[in-house]
Amino acid sequence: MDRPEHAFPWRRFVAKPLLFGAALIPFGLLVHGAAVGDLGANPLERVTHTTGDWGLRFLLLTLAMTPLRQLTAWSGWLTFRRMLGLFAFFYVSLHFLTWIWLDQELRWANMLADIAKRPFVTVGFVAWLLLLPLALTSTRAMMRRLGRHWKRLHRTVYAVAVLGVLHFLWLVKADLLEPLIYAAVLFVLLLVRWRPGLLKRPPLSTRALDAR
Amino acid sequence: MLIRRHGDIRSSEITPADVYAQRRAFLKAAAAAGVGAALSGPAAALVAPAGQRDAIAGVVETPHGRGLELTDYEFVTQYNNFYEFGTDKADPAENAHTLRTRPWNVVVDGECEAPGEIGIEDILTGFTQEERIYRLRCVEAWAMVVPWIGFPLGDLLRRFKPTSRANYVRFETLLDPEQMPGQRRAILDWPYREGLRMDEAMHPLTILATGLYGEVLPNQNGAPLRLVVPWKYGFKSIKSIVRISFVHGVPETTWWRMAPDEYGFYANVNPSVDHPRWSQARHRVLGEGLFSRKHETPMFNGYADQVAHLYKDMDLRKFY
Repeated sequence: MDRPEHAFPWRRFVAKPLLFGAALIPFGLLVHGAAVGDLGANPLERVTHTTGDWGLRFLLLTLAMTPLRQLTAWSGWLTFRRMLGLFAFFYVSLHFLTWIWLDQELRWANMLADIAKRPFVTVGFVAWLLLLPLALTSTRAMMRRLGRHWKRLHRTVYAVAVLGVLHFLWLVKADLLEPLIYAAVLFVLLLVRWRPGLLKRPPLSTRALDAR
Repeated sequence: MLIRRHGDIRSSEITPADVYAQRRAFLKAAAAAGVGAALSGPAAALVAPAGQRDAIAGVVETPHGRGLELTDYEFVTQYNNFYEFGTDKADPAENAHTLRTRPWNVVVDGECEAPGEIGIEDILTGFTQEERIYRLRCVEAWAMVVPWIGFPLGDLLRRFKPTSRANYVRFETLLDPEQMPGQRRAILDWPYREGLRMDEAMHPLTILATGLYGEVLPNQNGAPLRLVVPWKYGFKSIKSIVRISFVHGVPETTWWRMAPDEYGFYANVNPSVDHPRWSQARHRVLGEGLFSRKHETPMFNGYADQVAHLYKDMDLRKFY
């Protein structure tokens, strides 16, 4: 902890609740839109795209916390990571549920066939499946119980993000711009994951030497 | 976004009494002349104009699509696939104001005896404008019902006297990145191109549309002249046409070039042939609520009795 014990725990009582509220805004807008019938000409498409977009965005935000800590030398970022990760799971699950219930209308045989034969559905399903254990083991107790295995397990999140971007890339008809933006962001995040040196500030002494 | 409810009818949308009386008189005259057999029965009347754009004069009623529930004007004009103005469904309504639809000329050339050019004003006055209410089924598994104004494509094609070598017709959209900002990026191989077999082009259901909801086409719907082929997926109905060519042999079409395994030349609505990435068995009807059920997609979008014979000896899995 980089704050004195007596300071007001603003991160816990202010920053986190604010983030929690903000992360629920897209969901709140959808619920409101569904309630008053204001989701446009194609409500199913609106819900599918919104939940999918936010699932992917929260995934990338989650992955950005560690690099941000390295970049800013502020460890506070990590306290938001779990919440962001769980919101990624929340939106991806809503996306999946929308598909099961409203798109496929609970036609189970159809769904299995789709998962088997349509690659973009396959990778989307696998991504959700891989997120499930991460969400289930996100508690402090599970973290303690799993010990060093926890970290290894949670590295799966990188694979999930890659599958998520692939899912998006493979479903668009012609204009790849939007999925490619997500792909570029993910690429940068993966790069700093495997080459953390890119972000590390050189030690003070070296900088002083350079300056001379 | 403002959603207009069904009961929310502006005074501008209510047919003035004199117009109404004229229509009655027309119907009586038509019935008296013996041409009104299809028009008799429940009182038919033209769909009330939306009150947003110039009305088209002299529109004639037809029995096409009577009884179908129309998709709201807002949805018909604000949910569009017209990549020349952006790939989001809301983009065309937002960006298409840059398109200049007057003057507008259509070149007709290729395998014909009388190639030439025809202006949009001559098209509007030279062909009887009919109201045709058609279902439109998009390849993306959504659908709407549109009250088009237009005339049979065949009527225009015959004026240019196609030769016996002409067995296909090719269409081209305007190419002008100044007016069509979407063309500044190579999303598709511009200009957009489409095609029909000659018998499809001459089929009485195939129309060139000049308007919808009683008025000239909004730019985002393909003004000033677009194709409408109701038994094929929407992408066949090319918008903002500047060139029509009679050709010998199957013309290359835009989506077919883009992904030949996903978009065939025929692109007939067919619930039993899936798009490789999604099923075509069912569709959503625009304007229905989030929790409404999907609809079963009928063969040839419900026009099988009129067009199935065109394909009777063809394997529609192969010629999708």
